[in-house]
Amino acid sequence: MKTSDRISSAFAAGREASQPLVVPFITAGYPTATSTVPIVTALAASGADMIEIGMPFSDPLADGPTIQHASEVALRNGMTVGKTLEAVREIRASGTDAALILMGYCNPVFAYGVDAFIKDATQVGVDGLIIADMPPDEAGEFLVSCRAVGLSLTFLVAPNAPDDRIRKVDGASTHFSYCVSVTGVTGARSAIESRTIEFLQRMRKLSTKPFVVGFGIKKPEHVMTLGPHADGVVVGSAIIDAIESVGGAGAVVVDAVNAVSTLVAPLCAAARQATMTAQRREA
Amino acid sequence: MSEITQHAKLPDKNGRFGQFGGRFVPETLIPALSELEEAHAEAICDAEFTAELERLLCDYAGRPTPLYRARGLEDETGGATIWLKREDLLHTGAHKINNTIGQGLLARRMAKQRVIAETGAGQHGVASATVAAMFGLDCTVYMGEEDMRRQRLNVFRMELLGARVVPVSSGSRTLKDATNEAIRDWVTNVDSTFYILGSVVGPHPYPAMVRNFQSVIGREVRAQLLEAGEAPPNLLIACVGGGSNAIGLFADWLDDDINMVGVEGAGHGIDTASHSATLSRGAIGILHGTRSYLLQDNDGQVQLPHSISAGLDYPGVGPQHSHLKETGRVTYTSVTDSQAVLALQRLSRCEGIIPALESAHAIAKLYEMAETNSIGESDRVVVCLSGRGDKDVEVVTEHLDAHPEEDLR
Ligand SMILES: Cc1ncc(COP(=O)(O)O)c(C=O)c1O
Repeated sequence: MKTSDRISSAFAAGREASQPLVVPFITAGYPTATSTVPIVTALAASGADMIEIGMPFSDPLADGPTIQHASEVALRNGMTVGKTLEAVREIRASGTDAALILMGYCNPVFAYGVDAFIKDATQVGVDGLIIADMPPDEAGEFLVSCRAVGLSLTFLVAPNAPDDRIRKVDGASTHFSYCVSVTGVTGARSAIESRTIEFLQRMRKLSTKPFVVGFGIKKPEHVMTLGPHADGVVVGSAIIDAIESVGGAGAVVVDAVNAVSTLVAPLCAAARQATMTAQRREA
Repeated sequence: MSEITQHAKLPDKNGRFGQFGGRFVPETLIPALSELEEAHAEAICDAEFTAELERLLCDYAGRPTPLYRARGLEDETGGATIWLKREDLLHTGAHKINNTIGQGLLARRMAKQRVIAETGAGQHGVASATVAAMFGLDCTVYMGEEDMRRQRLNVFRMELLGARVVPVSSGSRTLKDATNEAIRDWVTNVDSTFYILGSVVGPHPYPAMVRNFQSVIGREVRAQLLEAGEAPPNLLIACVGGGSNAIGLFADWLDDDINMVGVEGAGHGIDTASHSATLSRGAIGILHGTRSYLLQDNDGQVQLPHSISAGLDYPGVGPQHSHLKETGRVTYTSVTDSQAVLALQRLSRCEGIIPALESAHAIAKLYEMAETNSIGESDRVVVCLSGRGDKDVEVVTEHLDAHPEEDLR
């Protein structure tokens, strides 16, 4: 399938079924140097139509302790941008057709070289990018280069943004936007705050694109609560926690794969029950 | 001349100094940075704000600081005329308070009840805690565990001042990681909290705002020389960690035809892996919201810097310094840990002034320039003595115990 068509068809399928996508996140190179390919293929097999793969950075300032830890382990395992792209190539070679989104920070991408990165990412079968410390105001040439090759670029939308800012950020995203559930860093929170739902309702009015919501989503009930208000829910730190519970950096890859599948299956089941709002279906 | 004059106009409206600077931060901080930019722009045009800033700099911090003609140092260095700009005599012992008073006033103006800060040497943390105490604001300071060990005295001072000092154990456990943690706190508590950043780094408007608050240093030098009937200097020297005392001295002089030298920490030597000479040895990258020179590996991972001086132990540098390097307006160089420790001892003996290890880097460069005859009788030099050395006696003692051949006692 052509790059970024996978994104459109993932959202289209979700909309058809009136159910939000479950979008798992895993840091490349965590828990081991060779675990990324089996984990991502298992996630796809568990029903994830879109998967985020984190490119580790030494200074992940949008991340809480859990993903910071995963990044540290991954860097210790020797993970690089180049090796992350290599893992994507292998994932595609194994026949996985889920939309794959790389998530990371500016510096490793710029060090790789923007043009080379965009070219190589497209070539190995990456569908989209999220760069946590690159707001649209700083994306200028990067965005143009992505557009030129059909690589999707997603910007984060924050709940404290005024309406006009939300429109601007959402407008800059290629296919979909990513709503940050609360002001703060990534990490599993115990409860969903009511203002998150208010934010998503505001987003629904202002946005012209599908959007996912992430940061702090961990349990099936979170998916049930937020799912109706978004086109997808991202689950990140909970995945890392699940792998930590079977040994983290010392985990056997099969155990990590099982832990992740065991976590994601009930989340996908919850998503099937979380019917998206009527408003969305009409959109 | 037109090239030079442009420096005063920077940054542009996007917070850029040429290709450097900008606002590479998580989206959550964008509204807060815009709000801060506006509040700062309004405040500096408000006569009441500037009058209060001036009053506090004078009555509370102790400005103007003396411009001291260092004849003992002149004798030692063979002829150049040398002035020391005595920022070490300010309340809390370093130039950092020029900035924290400014930002503290802004925090109050923006009705924020809580301030946070990162700190390396502890000087900025102490200056933030001090101002928070004076204004009655709740204060949290992030400090790397390694720095808490190196700068125990300053940890105690911050706690006495009522601040909460949060140890940071990630990464290199120094200033870089304390800054990550402060930014994470700000992302989380952005509505209630003002982030008092301690140098001319970070996302726009911090590099411009901190420069504005520190530029009182260079303006005073100009006024003091004029008043003394002295001709202008032809050389300015300052140490560069993030670069705030250096920009503070340089800013008012960028349009003048004089030389400027910024001195970074060469640690064990710039050809080793242990230094913090970002401008001399780094590559352009993005850290803590700004595009600037950065110590990093080929994969774009930030490298651990080293300097005996905690205040210089930072892998990045202010974006304006990167621009001043690129345009050739300022020369950036470095001295080693050993050179700095020697300079600290020599200045203590010849002038009766114990400088901070950071400031000792600037003094060491002066000695080196004298020894290589790069300066002589016709030169008129102003060195920024950014802080006093009390905080460093433990570290210096440790260094001298390990290197008895460098001990002047
Ligand atoms: C006395 C002193 N000088 C210099 C510095 C370095 O900072 P900057 O380069 O921003 O002046 C510090 C930082 O802690 C300091 O305490």
